[in-house]
Amino acid sequence: MTAPLARPRRKNPVLRTPQPLLPPWARSRAALGLTAAAALGRFELQVCERCAAVQYPPREACHRCLCDALVWREQSGAGALLATTIVHHSHDLYFRERVPWRLGLVQLDAGPTVLAHLVAGCAPAPSRVWIGARLDKSGQGVLLAFPTEEVPNMADDRELREMSCDPKYRKVLVTDGKTRVGQATVRALIDAGADLVWVGYAEPWKKFPGFAELEALPQATLVPLDVTDSRSVKEVAAEIGGKVDILVNTAEMHRAHGIASRSGVDVARSEMDVNYFGLLRLAQEFGPVMRSRGADGPASATAWVNVLSIYALTNYPPQGTFSASKAAAFSLSQCLRAEMRAGGVRVINVFPGPLDDEWNQSVPPPKLSPEALAKSIVKALQDGVEDAYPGDVAQEWLARFRESPKTLERELSAAGG
Amino acid sequence: MVRARKAASKPRSSGSFRDYRDVVVTAPVTVPYVRHSIRGAHWFVARALSRLLEESGLEKPDVDGLSVGSFTLAPDTAIGLTQHLGVTLRWLDHIPLGGACGIVALRRALAAVQGGDAEVVACIGADTNHVDSFRQSLGSFSVFARDAVFPYGSGGPNASFAFLTAYYMRTYGATREDFGKLCIAQRDNALAYPHALFKKQLSMEQYLEARLISDPIRLFDCVMPCAGAEGFLVMSRRRAEALGLPYAIVRSTCERHNAFPEDPIQIRGGWVLDRDHLYGAAGVEPGDIDFVETYDDYPVMSVIQIEDLGFCAKGEGAEFIRRHSFTTDGSFPLNTSGGQLSVGQAGCAAGFLGLVESIRQLTGRNLARAVPHARFGLAVGFGMITYDRGLCSGAAVLGRADA
Repeated sequence: MTAPLARPRRKNPVLRTPQPLLPPWARSRAALGLTAAAALGRFELQVCERCAAVQYPPREACHRCLCDALVWREQSGAGALLATTIVHHSHDLYFRERVPWRLGLVQLDAGPTVLAHLVAGCAPAPSRVWIGARLDKSGQGVLLAFPTEEVPNMADDRELREMSCDPKYRKVLVTDGKTRVGQATVRALIDAGADLVWVGYAEPWKKFPGFAELEALPQATLVPLDVTDSRSVKEVAAEIGGKVDILVNTAEMHRAHGIASRSGVDVARSEMDVNYFGLLRLAQEFGPVMRSRGADGPASATAWVNVLSIYALTNYPPQGTFSASKAAAFSLSQCLRAEMRAGGVRVINVFPGPLDDEWNQSVPPPKLSPEALAKSIVKALQDGVEDAYPGDVAQEWLARFRESPKTLERELSAAGG
Repeated sequence: MVRARKAASKPRSSGSFRDYRDVVVTAPVTVPYVRHSIRGAHWFVARALSRLLEESGLEKPDVDGLSVGSFTLAPDTAIGLTQHLGVTLRWLDHIPLGGACGIVALRRALAAVQGGDAEVVACIGADTNHVDSFRQSLGSFSVFARDAVFPYGSGGPNASFAFLTAYYMRTYGATREDFGKLCIAQRDNALAYPHALFKKQLSMEQYLEARLISDPIRLFDCVMPCAGAEGFLVMSRRRAEALGLPYAIVRSTCERHNAFPEDPIQIRGGWVLDRDHLYGAAGVEPGDIDFVETYDDYPVMSVIQIEDLGFCAKGEGAEFIRRHSFTTDGSFPLNTSGGQLSVGQAGCAAGFLGLVESIRQLTGRNLARAVPHARFGLAVGFGMITYDRGLCSGAAVLGRADA
């Protein structure tokens, strides 16, 4: 059982904002495999290819047969809780501020004993639990022991909420509300308990479809915001930047062209101006202040979401310049992630396949509905993952990309430019 | 202890056991402990070596072997000490095994002297402790600790042993009062030992009501990290007698690393594998032991060692505690100088504390209260929690020169 999270009180602006601290970050290279899987919401451990022994902690050679072919494989996480403790005295500043802190010692059915953060609601030891992997505030993978059945308000558990970026009671900026994706995202965030959603819209002199419905939502506030205009971004950041807990960048310029089908660079430049420089402008204005609020109470700044495209991984020639602009944004997001880490603010990249919208008119189905994309954004926040690939197309491209980037490039080149 | 004495009559086990009859341990020394020190580990090693020379009447060139256990020498290892301290040696050892380094140093030094590789080996466990050193050591203690322990609450060993304590209590019905009885008796022993950092009597109420550290572990279940050093000399019996040094003999020793890796939680240590060998080679039985120096980093570990070394069956530790008294004049004298829980844990010196106290008890050079008529003592080593358990275990049966 977890007590429901109370709506955080209004912040007293006179009080000092606590500086964000991070849990221990250092890991061996072998251990980063746990982080890589947790970034996708998966719990993986090394398994010996020769004798199938499951390994933990991560290592360089099989503890049973000494084979060095250890591959990361997804685990069910089922296990037995052997013992628990509540840490009241910690040697680390981050935990020192957060004790008492629950821990469990769990023997996985797969073999190893693991130390895990203990989510409230697990029955006292000895009992059954399951282990999942999450990213902690430092962005590194850690293990959590969960009750075998969902308990009420589990997401509000203090330890679990440190690992997630739950929108509940948080204030969110959705950078572009003119698109169907933007509007669906606003609704999904409100449904997930967001306290307030600022909705950016460029060219405020023009009304857009859905404007009235957005305005009618009590939690939504429309703010003029043009990501191609440095001044506009600066003004909005000056006004609300210190209150934004989650930023979802939905601003996107999407045209379907390769190289030879057009002359000149105007369209490509516009795509870059929104998709790449837009992100850069937002990051420069909102990044530092969000990073400074990473430990600002139970509704601290927690996440930055980029809506990218699966085309960011490998160029899709029929939409070649769009792919390039998303690849540029993807690269920049990695820089942003490294910089936001100091504040414990997660950068989440969402890589959808083709959306079911006008710019993908000639792309065959399956196509992702804006509502499904919005749902995946909220889920990524709730699960605290770093990368999400919503939809069948994105999942398939990802699988093909992971197996062989060059093969995927050849397959896509068949689509022509 | 209450039992029949039959040690002398029981034949020693044959087989591959090492016979230590020609080599002895002598010159037990302690560099007094301090909570924090501005000195480096080298200072503590130097002081220990200096005291070993004073105690034995030897000169520096007479010592041709050195064994050092220390966590805080970095970036130096034992070799750096040779130049630092100006000693020329023909045998050198650095034993980074924490709480087991005393037993392991003893074993290797005995073998070196027996094998003719060295004539006099100085065995020293020494560590300094600056205000922030303990915290800094935790995150860099081992690869597994850095990857899979420290990011989880950073409670250090307190959290690791909280699991074991909780598990033991639940599985075998031990209570906080049982552990408290050990801690209180040890504190009583420590009151007579001049180098103990804890100088006040401990009551059961204080023990039970102490500040929670990592549930169910409270303050007095934990050792206090500090700075200090312990040491002794290993040499031939002939040499010791020529020097007129009171010495203790070593009846047998054992050492084991990473025992029972399949156990999901460390409810037993390597002693279970080695105790028959240990007592067989010593020609004694648990009942012949007059005092025990456990590696008491947490009281639950003392209980596990009492069980694993054959004083009672697994799971009967609590009942054993209720049946016995643990002061030097008790039915089961335990940690007769106070143990780490009352003396302090000076890093690797903690791995020597019980050995040095045993030598004192058996040579009549007591600083603490003497165990009456002690002929045999058991010193235990345990150490290196690199992930979820202590990997090293060891023990030594020591005897009075005439035993």
